[in-house]
Amino acid sequence: MENENTFRRYLPTVLWIAALTAVYFTLNTLISPYADGITLNGKIVSEHVKELGGFLLGIFGSIALIEIYIYQMFFRTPKDLVSKIVTRTLQVIVAIAMVMVIATFLETTDLFRMGDNPIGNFFRSPITGFTNLKDTLISSGIATKDSATAVAGVFVSLLLLVVFAFIHFTSVPRNSRYGLAYLLILPAFLGVLFLIIYPFLFEIKLAFSNASLGTQATKNAQYGLQYGWANLVALFTGSVAKDAKFFEVLWRTILWTVINVTFHVAGGMGLAILLHRPMKLQGVYRTLLIFPWAIPATIAAMALRNEFDSRYGLFNILLGNLNTWLTNVSHGTASIIGIGNMFAWLAAHIGPVSWKQDPFWAFVSILISNIWLGIPFMSVIILGGLQSISQEYYEAAEIDGASKWQQFRNITIPLLRPVLTPAIVLGVVWTFNKFDIIYLITQGGPQEKTDILVSSMYKAAFSFYRYGFTAMFALVIFAILFLFTIFYLRITGGLKSATE
Amino acid sequence: MTTLSTQKPSNPISRFFRWFFYRSRGDSPFKTILIHAALIIACVIAVYPVLRVVTISLRPNDTLLTTDLRIIPENATLDNYKEVLFGSPEKNRKSDFFLWIWNSISIVAVTSVISVILASISAYAFSRFKFPGRSAGLVFLLTTQMIPAGMLLLPLFIMIAKLKMINTPLGLLIAYAVTAVPLTIWTLKGYYDTIPVDLEEAALIDGANRFTVFTNIILPLSTPALAIAFLFSFMGGWSEYLVARVVLQKNESFTWPLGIFTYAQQFTVSWGQFAAASVLIAIPVMALFLYSSKWLISGLTLGSVKG
Repeated sequence: MENENTFRRYLPTVLWIAALTAVYFTLNTLISPYADGITLNGKIVSEHVKELGGFLLGIFGSIALIEIYIYQMFFRTPKDLVSKIVTRTLQVIVAIAMVMVIATFLETTDLFRMGDNPIGNFFRSPITGFTNLKDTLISSGIATKDSATAVAGVFVSLLLLVVFAFIHFTSVPRNSRYGLAYLLILPAFLGVLFLIIYPFLFEIKLAFSNASLGTQATKNAQYGLQYGWANLVALFTGSVAKDAKFFEVLWRTILWTVINVTFHVAGGMGLAILLHRPMKLQGVYRTLLIFPWAIPATIAAMALRNEFDSRYGLFNILLGNLNTWLTNVSHGTASIIGIGNMFAWLAAHIGPVSWKQDPFWAFVSILISNIWLGIPFMSVIILGGLQSISQEYYEAAEIDGASKWQQFRNITIPLLRPVLTPAIVLGVVWTFNKFDIIYLITQGGPQEKTDILVSSMYKAAFSFYRYGFTAMFALVIFAILFLFTIFYLRITGGLKSATE
Repeated sequence: MTTLSTQKPSNPISRFFRWFFYRSRGDSPFKTILIHAALIIACVIAVYPVLRVVTISLRPNDTLLTTDLRIIPENATLDNYKEVLFGSPEKNRKSDFFLWIWNSISIVAVTSVISVILASISAYAFSRFKFPGRSAGLVFLLTTQMIPAGMLLLPLFIMIAKLKMINTPLGLLIAYAVTAVPLTIWTLKGYYDTIPVDLEEAALIDGANRFTVFTNIILPLSTPALAIAFLFSFMGGWSEYLVARVVLQKNESFTWPLGIFTYAQQFTVSWGQFAAASVLIAIPVMALFLYSSKWLISGLTLGSVKG
């Protein structure tokens, strides 16, 4: 009995392992005749695993140490006066060391410079000490060059752990009201601090500088209010990338956002309403309709770029066929009925279009692409909202004699609001910022006539290397979006429920 | 309404029309046909461009440029796939395909793991505790969604360059975590809010501490949400092009979006190989996406719809 249970319990695991091994060996035999044509090999994989694994260990190790430190601040209290003095001293030393490490990090990444004076050297001392420790480890043969950082890291962590253990054994537990919450928030807070707040501060600093390729980014850059003013003036009066002016691009961005979001919501609503009824093949339709969302955006953009080719692209082939058909009809059937002229007029105006050269059609082409890509997402969101509306409302309305339109207007729309409001706000913000489609399909061309603000900014930074200017540009874009969101939320009062 | 449906027309043709265009209950056949027609057209529009990629990948190299609209082309061949996967000894070109895929997977998976671990812990605090700074933190997280993708890219790029992380997976990992972490916290917080507090209170009364409550009640209950959050951040970085283009500049560190773009940038554009690589990448991703779409969708509405 016992045996059988154990067998049963481990059977799936064993089968999985067997299946995976079989797959591995099959793939191996399939690939091995061609293996020398493949650049990926075991060495690259192991290097990556080492690098990323070391990074993960480092991140989580440091977070764990900081957590212990904060935990002791909140939840331990020293037993007597002597241990209190020692504990507080140790904690202050650790805190100062942390501040010094952070200061050195900020200096390395050029947020500010401490200068080559005693104070600066004092602040750099933990990192200098760490480097020296590494060198000693390498020269004494304890660690190799690759593992030196890891060994030194373990060494420092052990030292800290001894300190923490001392504090732990000379203290008693105590209660804390908010301690746990802060401990839980801490890891993500550190992440956000490092990943968002710090780059943001850095950006503000860059905005008031003349950093560019000429100054080797931040190395020889100069900072000052006058540079910020110059950047601002250049942004509003000069060209944002090469030719285009700020307000022209802003107008196009607004157009881009409004058209996209309108079509996304309208198309999504239409599809959702069509799908929201008991019917055959519903599952098939739903699966097929989210194809544009499921396909990776890069692939979709590249494929669509291909379809806008003037000769071999799908759109011009279809338009060409339509043109031929209209011409034929205008000479044939339609001329007999007497509306041949109308068809001839249509044939003269509908035909292949130069998607790449004509600014208007280039803009239309990116609009088509982005609308195609975005509708499934909206329709899925709206369908979810529709399904959460109770059928009873409609039954009651039907009894009261409300028409379908009245039902839609007075039941569906208001009850969809909690779903629609955040979807529209996020949709606007995302579309406003979404330029991968533009970049991949038209690259902003012809003559930057299809650039939106964010794509111009990207070009200013990474094609024209105007770093200070770009930073100011980014701040302006952020301000625009921020104002929009506050304005919109003020009007609709949405999202309030989400933060409560 | 009642008068209409009780009166029975004697004429069989008008009876047919009445049946076809009007029914007191449910949709009339006419309406059903219209709806199905509209949906079929929408499906064709949604699927056909995707199928065209398959078509291009199957074309032999000499007929790549054609105005043919058939889905399975003439003389369909798998040569493009073979060249993408295993390189071509004739052209003395090796295949980087597996390398790109490996780069992408390793970077994006580690990003997702980090963000899910960080977020699962802190989202719990946001969902369950009241503490000074809570609502400010939540609003801040929402504000980060407003930051343009490219906006923090410049300072991040300089930062990554100063830390000597250009061309390494770590640099890209940092850049992807910027968007992944806040979004994941937001998603998971929405899910935790739907788990009844009573469960935890019962466990606390029975003598469990907060840690056991979190590991033994909250985490098992939110496995689907954790999976969704993982999938979200995975999808977010998986097909990202613009940030990767800035951070990775060497061929051997490319992720697949950069990789397949090289097919389009070569001296002779190899659309066939581009399409074949796209199909190979898209099929598993789309299968996973379509399979998990039900949960993905529930995850999307978690944060916004409550009660």
